[in-house]
Amino acid sequence: MKTSIKFLDLELKNPIIAASGTFGFGEEYAEYYDIEKLGGISYKGLTLDPRDGNEGIRVWETPAGMMNSVGLENPGVDAFASDIWPRIQDRNLISVVNVGGSTLETYLEAIRRLDHCDYDILELNISCPNVKAGGMAFGTEAKSAERITRAVRMTTQKRLMVKLSPNVGNIGEIAKACEAGGADAISLINTVQAMAIDTKSRQIVFNNTYAGLSGPAIRPIALRMVHQTAKAVKIPIVGMGGITNADEVIQFLMAGASAVQIGTAFFTNPNQIFRIPAELEMWMEKEGIRSLEEIIGIV
Amino acid sequence: MGVEGTEGNVLSIQEVGEEIVHLTVATPTTPKPGQFYLLRAWQEAPLLGRPISVFDYSEGKVEFVFKVVGKGTEILAKLKVNDKLQLQGPFGNGFPEVEGKILLVGGGLGNAPLHATAKALKARGQEVDLRLGFAEKVYLEEEFNQAATITQLMVGGLVTDGLNIRDYDVVFTCGPHPMMEAVVKMAREAGIPSYVSIEKRMACGIGACLVCTCKTKSGNKKTCKDGPVFEGEEIFYEDKYQIS
Repeated sequence: MKTSIKFLDLELKNPIIAASGTFGFGEEYAEYYDIEKLGGISYKGLTLDPRDGNEGIRVWETPAGMMNSVGLENPGVDAFASDIWPRIQDRNLISVVNVGGSTLETYLEAIRRLDHCDYDILELNISCPNVKAGGMAFGTEAKSAERITRAVRMTTQKRLMVKLSPNVGNIGEIAKACEAGGADAISLINTVQAMAIDTKSRQIVFNNTYAGLSGPAIRPIALRMVHQTAKAVKIPIVGMGGITNADEVIQFLMAGASAVQIGTAFFTNPNQIFRIPAELEMWMEKEGIRSLEEIIGIV
Repeated sequence: MGVEGTEGNVLSIQEVGEEIVHLTVATPTTPKPGQFYLLRAWQEAPLLGRPISVFDYSEGKVEFVFKVVGKGTEILAKLKVNDKLQLQGPFGNGFPEVEGKILLVGGGLGNAPLHATAKALKARGQEVDLRLGFAEKVYLEEEFNQAATITQLMVGGLVTDGLNIRDYDVVFTCGPHPMMEAVVKMAREAGIPSYVSIEKRMACGIGACLVCTCKTKSGNKKTCKDGPVFEGEEIFYEDKYQIS
C-alpha cells in the first residue's frame, strides 16, 4: 500500500494508530467503522490489578481541547489476556498494548502476565498524569526512566516503546535515557497536566485536582517535543497530541515521527480520522512522493 | 447509520420556554425511547458534540428539547430552519419494554425523553401516566397532554408529593437526582420495579473513552452505552450513589 511505513521490523499500512485510552479495545468503534483502515491501535492502558478509575467529574472541555481524569479505569492484565485478547487478536492491524503501574514490580509483573499474548508492541506508559499508578513519576526523571526501561527490557522480548510525558524539563534527555535503557521506540506526548476551577462552587472541578489536557490545544507543544526528541535519539518516534487531519499528520512526520497516534479527535469527528489514509495518499500523489518515509524528519 | 454521523436539516426550531428549545431535525435514523444523539452544529469548538435525548420521533425526523446551558447548546439554539447539523446516534439503551400499567415521573429537562417514552408505550396499547414537574412554566403542554393516558403537569413543588405509586406495575423516572432517588425509594417501598435515566458528561458516546463511567451496585457501567437507563436499584442504593 502506498501509505505504508516500516516501523521497527513491522509494516504499518498507514502511519495512523489510535491512541491509548481513547479507543477502548477497539470493539465499540468496530460496531460502526472498518477499524482495520487504521495502521494500528494502542489499546486502553492496562495495570496489574483491575482499576475502577477516578471518582467525580472525568471530562471538562476547554476552548480547543478537553481535560480528562479517567484514572486508568481498566479490567487488569489477567482479564485482558484471558477474555479480551482472544477476541481481538486476529485484526489486520498493528496491536500496541499499553501498560502502566505504580511500582517497578507492578509494571514487571503486569508485563510478564501479558507476555504469552502475541501482540506487536509494548507501550510502556510512564506518563499518565491522572493517578499515582500511572507511573508519571518514572517518566519525569531521566535516571528513573532509564532504570524502568532497562528492567522491562530484561523482562520481555516484545518490541518496547516508551510513552513519555510532556510534563518535564528536558524531553530529549528523558528520551535518550529510555534509548540507553533499551527502548526500541518512543511515543509522545501523553496529556499535559492541567486544571479547572468552578467559580460558582469555588471548587476544583476534578476530585484528583489535576487532569490531563488533550486535543488541538496541545498540538504545537507536541510537535515541538517530537522535534526535540527526534534530534536527541536514533530510535523511531510515534508522535501524538491533538492531531485531527492529514496535514497535521504530515507535520508530525516532518518533525521526525515515523508514525502518529490520534485520540481526542475520535470524539469530535470519527469519520474524518478514517478518511486520513486516503487523504495522505492523495497528498503523496500531488507531491510526487513514493513513500512517506521520504518526509520523516526533513525539517 | 450510528456513529457514522448523518447530516440533518433543521425542519423547525422554537423557543418553548425560557432558554428551552424545541428542535426538529430531518434524519433517516430511528431512535428508541430514552436514547440520545450527539448533536454538533459547528466545526472546531466546542470540541465535543452535545448529548441530547429524544423528545419525539416519527418517520424521517427526530425532535429534541434542550436547555441553553453553555456554548454548544447556545449554537444549537441559534440554528434556523434548513440549517444543517451533524447527528451521531442514536446511542444508549433506552427504556425497556415492560408490561402493565406504567408511571413516568419527570422533572425539568428530564421530562423530554419521557414524552417519547409515553407516546411509544401508549402506541403499544399500554396504560401510561405522565407526572411531570416544571420549575417555572409548563412547556409543550399540548404535546405532553396527548402523550399519555393521564398527564399531570406541575409547576414548582415536589412532583413526588401525593403520588400513589402503588397504582402502577412499573415506574420510569428522569430528572434531578434527588427526585429520582425519591421515586426509586417510593417504588422500593411499594415493591415495584423502577428505571432511571441518568445524565453524565460524555465524550465518545459509544462506550470507548470511559469519561461517563457510572458507579452502580454491580460495578462500573458506561452511562452512554450500558445506560443511560438503569434499574433504579442499581443506581440508588445504600444512600451512597455517585452520579456527578
